[in-house]
Amino acid sequence: MAQLRTRGIQWWRHVRTESVSRSRPRHARGRRLHDLLCTRPLTIRTDLVPPAVSVAEPGAGPGAGPSADRIVGASVYGRPMEDRWTPEHVLSLAPDAPSRKAATKLSTPAPWSATGADSVSLWGECKGSGSTPYRTVVDLTGPAYHCSCPSRKFPCKHALALLLRWSGREEGEAPIPDWAGAWLEARSAKSEQRAEREADASPAGPDAAALLAAERRLTRRSARVAAGAAELEARLADQVRAGLADAPTQGYGPWGDVAARMVDAQAPGLASRARELGSVSASGPGWPSRLLEEYGLLHLLASGYRRVDSLPEALAATVRARVGFTVDAADVLRGPLVRDRWLVLGGRESVDEKLTTRRIWLRGSDSGRDALLLGFGRPGVAPELSLPTGLLLDAELAFHPGARPLRAVLGTRFGAPMAPPEAQAVPPGLRLDAALDAYGQALGDDPWLESWPVVLHRVVPTPTDLGWELADLAGPEPTAIPVDRRGTSDTGLWRLAAVSGGRPLTVFGECGHRGFTPITAWYQDGSRICTLGVPS
Amino acid sequence: MTRTQNRDSGSTTWPDLVTTALLGTDRRPVPAAEAAQQLLDQAALHAVERRAGLRPGSATEPIALAPDDPRPALPESARRRLAMLLPERGGSRGDSSGSGSAGGSGNLANINELLPQYLAAACARGYRAPSALVPPLLDAARARSELRGDAVALAGPLGHWLAERNPDWRYVLRTPLRTDAVSADERLWQEGLFAERVTHLTRLRRRDPAGARELLCTTWATERAEDRLLFLDALQEGLSLDDEPFLESALSDRAKNVRLTAAELLSTLPGSALALRMADRARAAVSLTTTADGPRLTVHPPTSCDAAAQRDGVAASSPTGRADRAFWLSEILAATPLNVWVREIGPPTEVLALPVSDTWAQELRDAWSRAAVRQNDRAWARALLASRRGGGEMAAGSAAKLLAVLPPEERARWTADFLGRYGLGDAFQLLVACPAPWPETLGSEVLRALARVAEKGGYPWSHSGVLGVAERALAPDAAAELDALADGATPAWAEIFTRLAATLRLRATMLAELAPPPPPTA
Repeated sequence: MAQLRTRGIQWWRHVRTESVSRSRPRHARGRRLHDLLCTRPLTIRTDLVPPAVSVAEPGAGPGAGPSADRIVGASVYGRPMEDRWTPEHVLSLAPDAPSRKAATKLSTPAPWSATGADSVSLWGECKGSGSTPYRTVVDLTGPAYHCSCPSRKFPCKHALALLLRWSGREEGEAPIPDWAGAWLEARSAKSEQRAEREADASPAGPDAAALLAAERRLTRRSARVAAGAAELEARLADQVRAGLADAPTQGYGPWGDVAARMVDAQAPGLASRARELGSVSASGPGWPSRLLEEYGLLHLLASGYRRVDSLPEALAATVRARVGFTVDAADVLRGPLVRDRWLVLGGRESVDEKLTTRRIWLRGSDSGRDALLLGFGRPGVAPELSLPTGLLLDAELAFHPGARPLRAVLGTRFGAPMAPPEAQAVPPGLRLDAALDAYGQALGDDPWLESWPVVLHRVVPTPTDLGWELADLAGPEPTAIPVDRRGTSDTGLWRLAAVSGGRPLTVFGECGHRGFTPITAWYQDGSRICTLGVPS
Repeated sequence: MTRTQNRDSGSTTWPDLVTTALLGTDRRPVPAAEAAQQLLDQAALHAVERRAGLRPGSATEPIALAPDDPRPALPESARRRLAMLLPERGGSRGDSSGSGSAGGSGNLANINELLPQYLAAACARGYRAPSALVPPLLDAARARSELRGDAVALAGPLGHWLAERNPDWRYVLRTPLRTDAVSADERLWQEGLFAERVTHLTRLRRRDPAGARELLCTTWATERAEDRLLFLDALQEGLSLDDEPFLESALSDRAKNVRLTAAELLSTLPGSALALRMADRARAAVSLTTTADGPRLTVHPPTSCDAAAQRDGVAASSPTGRADRAFWLSEILAATPLNVWVREIGPPTEVLALPVSDTWAQELRDAWSRAAVRQNDRAWARALLASRRGGGEMAAGSAAKLLAVLPPEERARWTADFLGRYGLGDAFQLLVACPAPWPETLGSEVLRALARVAEKGGYPWSHSGVLGVAERALAPDAAAELDALADGATPAWAEIFTRLAATLRLRATMLAELAPPPPPTA
């Protein structure tokens, strides 16, 4: 297995706590947190949405006529349908794997009747186990779904199957039934109301009293967090004074208690890092080194928060985010917007008992900027956010503030995701040393980064006696980086090996100090270029 | 491996810091008030430095390339269908319900029954599996060994390449690839793994029966008994009188199982010396006598089993505890060429019509059934099956074996007739023996029988075997009829019928998607 080596670097100076107060802000372009809270109302970019006429292009489904007036209202938020979605796109909307499977099974003609479509919606009846068929309707502009089935999954398998059939141009020609029409009407009426409300509300901005209250709450919380951070700082120093040699015998307990105190102090970021500390000493040979790294970085964060008001603004935002302050998506969208054609590099889903989290990585084809979108859903309910890997999305993103912006919020979309031109189907990648440099440079801005998203150029997934590595065999000295097994299952790696067959692949993933987490691979199958989402 | 060139962060090295932190700053010779803070500052500095300065390591040995697979890729829709049919494993945590066992999922089609058909059809049409689906395919066949032949063939050289690296898929290396290409490397026989050797022998036998036998002879004396048994099995294909001397010598083998297998192989060779010896024994035991009521068969079962008979594969005593004399009789008759009776008495129907004492009637029929199956004798199988309907008792299992000897259409016809008379009761094994898809006559007979059971209020689960075969073998046209049946049935049966119809429709779609590949453009 490849071992990561350390070399000397010109490294980031701002994080040194003693020098932070002295250093001049490097990124003086930012604004203060206060500014973020009360400037730039959300404007709806109606001027950029293609007029409703474009919706009824030739090739749009039958029955486009009657719903045309509805489209005008819906297209403020939605997007016109240039293309039918690919089956992959449809399946990416599913809340979980069993739903994907069930939907594919249901996508045969047999159970369906009275199916039909117009340019922005689909409807049909699906025979289930009961005597009455389920009534399913999909609004493509949301997309939004409605089905009379009792499933708690959302979208349900019927809605997905209906979409799959439409994607295969098998939508049927039944006219729109009343129950579907009524739901669609109600939906568009609601969204028009919402648009009006926001149009009314936006120019004035949030009222002053509410703002003041929010600020007071923030001040109170900041004080609590500061107290928590100081306590954590002291705790870390105490441990170092007494020595870390006992750490393995102390187990999780003490740090669990500290984590609980950090939760009380409303600093969830500090809490989760403190909890992690308890497990490092049990992580096998080399733990003292890893433990001291984590101690150092947590100390840096806690003491950084003590000085947060004197930090350069972007860095201060990073520190706040790491400590656990969140910023509302709406507030982020009030900040600067970056419009680009964003290539969807890949997605990952993690499920725990309370939450499904979907992460989707994008890269701007013009700006070259990396972005990470997060979507959340209850278990069994798909996060609303869903973008199929490998497609281009013309849209505006707003980045969360920080010294190294990555997390972003999706603003206006200007059309459905499209397949990139064939020449750009595979994103350009980096050699291994450049990929590690990218991570190193990102650390220069945000020292707490565990990893940075990169595309690797021509690497071969290789199982070795000591674990998996991604090898770059070009060049005189073949190099490799290990796979970070915390985010990658055996199943995923064998799939990766299968599509490679020993040949180099372009692989997107997260490159960090524990190795590389592959997320998407581009490979050739016959004459086709395919993408593989590496299962986690 | 120089770690730091830039020393303005202090002169301490990382190992020094770690040591100090482990011991505790209070233990340093001159504990400074701010020592812990300073150490943590330094640690932060170093931690970022260490992470930011990471370099790739050197690669281990490059991995060998998987051989190219020239077969065409699956059509797009068929590729998606395969992804849907294959169970998911491990990958996505927290959705154990997605583990392919969609057996009880309401009225949805049963994909567990469809996967084997999909694989067989894809194989027959010469496709290769898409590389991304080879791992789940190999996983599926690991759990269901009946899929292995087709799965390994579809996975092709990539499957082998993966199996050489992943111990979970070791079985792939033991499953022979369905090519007739014989590895030119005779060293494989001398040095290969057992599975590779069996594969090699089987392939060689297919191409050059005598050559394969001679190859086996070269090492026969030194093989282990279990291996000898399986090598001998491999000779079944392409068996001829040329093999007789070798098999005769194997009758004196040290291992009993080897002796029995050799005897069984010899008994299927009508002209073999063993078959003639058995015929002598049989004629002594069963003879045609003429009485006042006309001709009848007289049975005098052997009273002992001598060494010669034992060498010919008749065990000295019954392994199942039957009376020894009856056992010897049936062993001898089963190994006797059936044309002995044709020559002595007449065509099989005539032989079977002869009266015989009640004590032996069933023994004779069973033994002849075994002989008909072993010798693949259609005339006898047909006659035995026909005489069953006359009221003779016969286990469904042995009827199914006899059916397998008949040509496919005849099997279906016979089974349809059987269903019409006796219903579903014993039909499961017979239906399994019929060719899929079932011809219209058999299909509608099965539907009628099912409808009868449903009407009488039978339990669906007591017919799950038949329903399972029906999912595999009913023609898609039956779906409409099933819908009609579902309308009038109880909820439990309605669900069964709806689901069966869904499966049939999905199967039809699935097979249509697997259209033959376009001819390769040269």
